Amino acid sequence: MSLPKLRQYHAAVWDEPIVMEMGRAGRRGMVFPTSDAEVSAADGTLDTVIPASARRQHPPKLPELSEFEVQRHYLHLAQETLGMMGISLFGTCTMKYNPRVSELVAARPWLAELHPNQSEETLQGVLEIVHGMNQILCELSGMAQFVFQPGGGADAAYTHACITRAYHEHRGELAQRNEIITTIQAHPCNAATAAAAGFNVVTLPLEEAGYPSVAALEAALSDRTAALMVNNPDDMGIYNPNIKRWVELVHQAGGLAFYDHANFNGVMSRLRARELGFDACMFMLHKTFGAPKGGGGPAVGAYGCSEDLVAFLPRPLVRQVGGRYTIEHEAPLSVGRVREFWGNIPQVVKAYAWTRAMGSDGLRQAADISVLANNYMERRLLAIPGVSKSFPELSSPRLEMTRYSLAKVAEDTGVTVLDIQNRMVDFGVDAFWLSHEPWIVPEPFTPEAGELWSKEDIDYWIDVLATVIDEAYNDPDTVRSAPHCQAIHKVDGAGADDPQRWATTWRAYQYKHSIQVTS
Amino acid sequence: MRSSPSHGKQPTSSPRTYFELMVKAGAARPRLGIIVNPLAGIGGPAALKGSDGAATVAEARARGARPEAPLRAERTLQALAARVGPAELLAAPGAMGADLARRVGFSVKATSRSAPSETSALDTRVAATAMRDADVGLLLFAGGDGTARDIHDAIGDQLPLLGIPAGVKMHSGVFAHSPEAAARAAEAALRNGPSLPLRGADIADVDEQAARDGRVASILYGSVRVPDLPRLVLPTKAGSPAQPGAELQALCREIADTLEPSCLYLFGPGSTTAMVLAALGARGTLLGVDAVLDGQVVGKDLTESQTLALLDTHLDSRLVVGLVGGQGMLFGRGNRQLTAAVLSRVGADRITVLSAADKLLALTPPTLWVDTGDPVLDKHLSGYIRVRVGPRQQIIMTVSS
Repeated sequence: MSLPKLRQYHAAVWDEPIVMEMGRAGRRGMVFPTSDAEVSAADGTLDTVIPASARRQHPPKLPELSEFEVQRHYLHLAQETLGMMGISLFGTCTMKYNPRVSELVAARPWLAELHPNQSEETLQGVLEIVHGMNQILCELSGMAQFVFQPGGGADAAYTHACITRAYHEHRGELAQRNEIITTIQAHPCNAATAAAAGFNVVTLPLEEAGYPSVAALEAALSDRTAALMVNNPDDMGIYNPNIKRWVELVHQAGGLAFYDHANFNGVMSRLRARELGFDACMFMLHKTFGAPKGGGGPAVGAYGCSEDLVAFLPRPLVRQVGGRYTIEHEAPLSVGRVREFWGNIPQVVKAYAWTRAMGSDGLRQAADISVLANNYMERRLLAIPGVSKSFPELSSPRLEMTRYSLAKVAEDTGVTVLDIQNRMVDFGVDAFWLSHEPWIVPEPFTPEAGELWSKEDIDYWIDVLATVIDEAYNDPDTVRSAPHCQAIHKVDGAGADDPQRWATTWRAYQYKHSIQVTS
Repeated sequence: MRSSPSHGKQPTSSPRTYFELMVKAGAARPRLGIIVNPLAGIGGPAALKGSDGAATVAEARARGARPEAPLRAERTLQALAARVGPAELLAAPGAMGADLARRVGFSVKATSRSAPSETSALDTRVAATAMRDADVGLLLFAGGDGTARDIHDAIGDQLPLLGIPAGVKMHSGVFAHSPEAAARAAEAALRNGPSLPLRGADIADVDEQAARDGRVASILYGSVRVPDLPRLVLPTKAGSPAQPGAELQALCREIADTLEPSCLYLFGPGSTTAMVLAALGARGTLLGVDAVLDGQVVGKDLTESQTLALLDTHLDSRLVVGLVGGQGMLFGRGNRQLTAAVLSRVGADRITVLSAADKLLALTPPTLWVDTGDPVLDKHLSGYIRVRVGPRQQIIMTVSS
């Protein structure tokens, strides 16, 4: 196979200390004038305004720098960012561009300066947006009501586990119904949140078809079943075509069915959770709906349910009464709060702006493009020697992503998927996603193109992978010792597993490395 | 047995006889050889952990054990005959295969005319060498790790090998998961001839020093080639990890803490069940079956007859077992003391299976296998089973025979 010539790339390297070690004593970014004598006479000095008990005994140990030095330092750090700047086909995360206009809308003072405890009369605009987003998601899912309180997808799954508990408790069956069924390929948060809410977890492994059989589900169902929590498609891109039958069986057994829509991108406006029979579902606004994500920052797991479960939803809920919007603060059967107030409202506003801009036709087109892009990518990737896909014998097309394996490359060359990942970033593309736990596919990787990336970007990314696999066979040491063109080279990860060495704050670093701490 | 094509019952495009298969494969050499170690597995129900050596065999016989390997080899040959018709086999003499194969209806050529009355490892080696000289396409043998090692000692990896599971220990990756699966693999070998895909497999055996130290581990003795049929031929037994995971440890402790009063608990062999016994403050028999009643060990390293005697006097009983890592064997490997009679008496719904989750997820295919020697019981145990993998965590696994 002839390989194309790739573009040259090298990351910026700024070998400078961290900000806590920079500066000179007495240097300042901004010097404030002392207050006028009249002001001091009227209001007192700092010593009289701030009580002695609240006053520091020693000044804080902050670095002393000019404003310009601070600005320059953080610009350098930004240049050394290791990801999210190149072509990022980071599977299971559905990487999307966050339009500037959405950021500008959310930053407008009429939104940014609101407080949720303001009177409802002064919040009508934002309440209308929250209500509008609720209506959009109800239309996409067939559910009756959404709540935006959960701070992410796992939080929404936990909300479902709490609602399952409240629902069965209300029916007097909680003591008996103590099992939640999930699959090994559902996102691990489903099993984790079920366990956190006090349920026993029953997991179904995959069978020959790439998903668990109906017979396995039947073996798991009983009068102990509280709920099913499942993704579809899973993050190998495999869609379980029996899902409607699954939900029927769960209902016959007396359980609730929850659709974790983490992998919604390929099926947006192509199916509706309620029409498949599900009682509840979850959308990630920070992923599928164009709002920003990353770094554990603000996220929204929008949780929606059928009319039967609305009574159990967390409160407060935004409601429309007549022509006005109002906040329902309490409800007798509500599970209470899973987070503060009504959720991360700036994220809801950005998702609302994105979804309104896309429109229903745009969403459908985006879903179709993401599936098309994945299948185009699959055709090219499987032509690369050493690349295979999970469940290779399945002929039905995958949806928006496919899980691949580099097991043959590892077997032939000793170069692992982690080495390949480290080497790819030398060409200015971002590290790929490997797999959620558990790794049932050896040496896995999972790219997802979504609707964002152009054909040129996808082709270039595949060219990079092909080049690196070729290197693995012909020059394995270069791959194993990568990255070479990045801001930092191969990192010894051992420190991350050693509590004596890791430090998430400067103070912890000083303490663990025996540096004298004076304040 | 099926009608041959000459009777016009079978489509002529699908060869059914051995001779047709040979013609199709374009080969003149014998396609299949068979060696039965008639003493293999005799020590299992007698809790002897193996049958290697004359002294062990004598002890097993003294404990009332009967040879089972010939019965298991017969199941394979019956199933094979039903699939391919009256084929020609190269067999070890007398009780080591030839008698049995003739009785089932195969056209048999023996590797030697003289048949020993009491067989030994040497006879296995001699027969294997003759098979090698005849260049058979696949060497079937009925036995366990000891027999596999004898064959490997004699001929290395010069012939593709396939074991009919008949031993007590089967750590090696050369065994079919049941006698019938061995027949299907042998059929594939006949049909494909030299184009049968092969893969490497380990010849391994229990590490007795590790067992004395409380660990289940294998020693690797060599490598051979087996038919590449993952649904039929099981891989090498995976060793237990040096440190069991926290979830499994917590599960074993939970089980120890929640034993029902007045219930007789039988604990199968292996390091997982040993952790439950350790949590009870007892030292279990790593490779044996132990019994616990009300927190007290009431039987150690039990034979089949000792277990049945305990079950006679304790109507309420439960069985707790682990499974063989890498292979997914639930019954029939490493726990032959848990015979069909014992399992039937306890009852399928009274069996608790414990495993680390990653041990289950590493199984390819994701199936647990039962091979109790009783096909009716095997069928009864088949279907789906809940395997406990941690406190309040279960994985539903397919069980197949």
